[in-house]
Amino acid sequence: MSTIYFTEDHEWIAVEDGVGTVGITSFAQSQLGDVVFVEVPEVGITLDKGGEAAVVESVKAASEVYSPVSGDVVESNESLPDAPGTVNEDPQGEGWFFKVKLTDPSELDDLMDLVAYDAFVAEHS
Amino acid sequence: MTAHNPAADSADSPLVTPLHALHVELGARMVPFAGYDMPVQYPLGVLKEHLHTRAKAGLFDVSHMGQARLVGPDRIAALEALCPGELVKLKEGRQRYTVLTNDAGGILDDLMITNRGDDLFLVVNAACKDADLAHIEAHLAGFDARLERLEDRALVALQGPAAVGVMAGLDARAADMVFMSGMGLTLDGADCFVTRSGYTGEDGYEISVPADRADALARRLLAEEAVEAIGLGARDSLRLEAGLCLYGSDIDTTTTPVEAGLTWIIGKRRREDGGFPGAAVIQKQLAEGAPRLRVGLKPEGRAPVRAHAEIQDLDGKAVGEVTSGGFGPSLEGPMAMGYVPAALANEGTKVNVMVRGKALPAVIVSMPFQPHSYHRG
Repeated sequence: MSTIYFTEDHEWIAVEDGVGTVGITSFAQSQLGDVVFVEVPEVGITLDKGGEAAVVESVKAASEVYSPVSGDVVESNESLPDAPGTVNEDPQGEGWFFKVKLTDPSELDDLMDLVAYDAFVAEHS
Repeated sequence: MTAHNPAADSADSPLVTPLHALHVELGARMVPFAGYDMPVQYPLGVLKEHLHTRAKAGLFDVSHMGQARLVGPDRIAALEALCPGELVKLKEGRQRYTVLTNDAGGILDDLMITNRGDDLFLVVNAACKDADLAHIEAHLAGFDARLERLEDRALVALQGPAAVGVMAGLDARAADMVFMSGMGLTLDGADCFVTRSGYTGEDGYEISVPADRADALARRLLAEEAVEAIGLGARDSLRLEAGLCLYGSDIDTTTTPVEAGLTWIIGKRRREDGGFPGAAVIQKQLAEGAPRLRVGLKPEGRAPVRAHAEIQDLDGKAVGEVTSGGFGPSLEGPMAMGYVPAALANEGTKVNVMVRGKALPAVIVSMPFQPHSYHRG
């Protein structure tokens, strides 16, 4: 069973056995609109917490996806660049971007749980 | 995730159009644009709104644009003194696209002019309207002409292949109009001035309607099966696919009509005789060629390139900048326009565009990216 955390930049990370699966939230995709281009990180690269990890673009705007934690990319969603609309259809499921092996699990303490994130969205939308 | 939206402006207390309540009722996402609170998209979303307009018909609120009329016996001479268009030969009931130039040959704004017989009807860009109208008024001295702002009118556009059927259902005369013509029509009981033109590359109409009748007319048009409300997001992707310039991005005071690929708007007589601001600069460029030109760019991959991305030649030297770019829903891929030196402006020339520090290959292409479907009669 994984535990899910959220960032103020509207990424989610579901952590299980020291590996986090990362994507953007349903709120984020609704704000972005129709996603037409996705770039996922290469497997093996090292990400810093808060560093640029992936790219997501709608018809009008380009956005960066930041890594919620530090660690090495162990898997990328290779089907996503060919089907960017998946980010809109299932942002917190099939629309995941990459999986990262955490170097410092204590970084998760800085993130929000679902209740806190929902309150954050309500306050900022 | 952090979004960057270059289209968004900031504004203290935004103005609203007569259709504002309707936009909110339809569930539009409203954004500040040129001082107005405008719909960027409706629940349908930019992609589907774009495709719907190309397939059927889209209704756009463009009431933020400036409408004015120039009256008086010298109205044509007065306007010819400010723009390079051939207006003497503009027949009654015909519309023309032109630009206001400055003394350096740069573009102050682009605008539409219709000869309505007893006046010239002007439609100018929202962000420029105060400056444009002040500029025109300041140059009326010595002419027997007067500018009147039409503050009490809204402007809506109905664009797409189904527009003609919808309009003909309201006033049969609409079907007989040709591209770039204008006439008075009675739509849903309202006295409107309608032109067969637009900003999408599709057949369609722009409707100047009394502000107090705009909401009822918009609802009447939206009641048609074929018509959906379309926001500014799709308006931008539609015009970019059509290769049409956005003032402030693709043309501005630093670009001449020749550099912008708009030499076709300069009348033959005007090329020879001049008599508009910056004529000497523009005539020299017409004779000798412009140092740089606006071109279409087709990126090779799927990644969109956006405005302000650097264009490099194949040796890695910076040669220009993207002025508009994005994803074309009908094109099903990225597209852009920008300026490059004349030597690199030929169709088929390969360049690179810098996106997030990477050089993405792109090729110079002719525009439009999607063929126009105007009704030329």
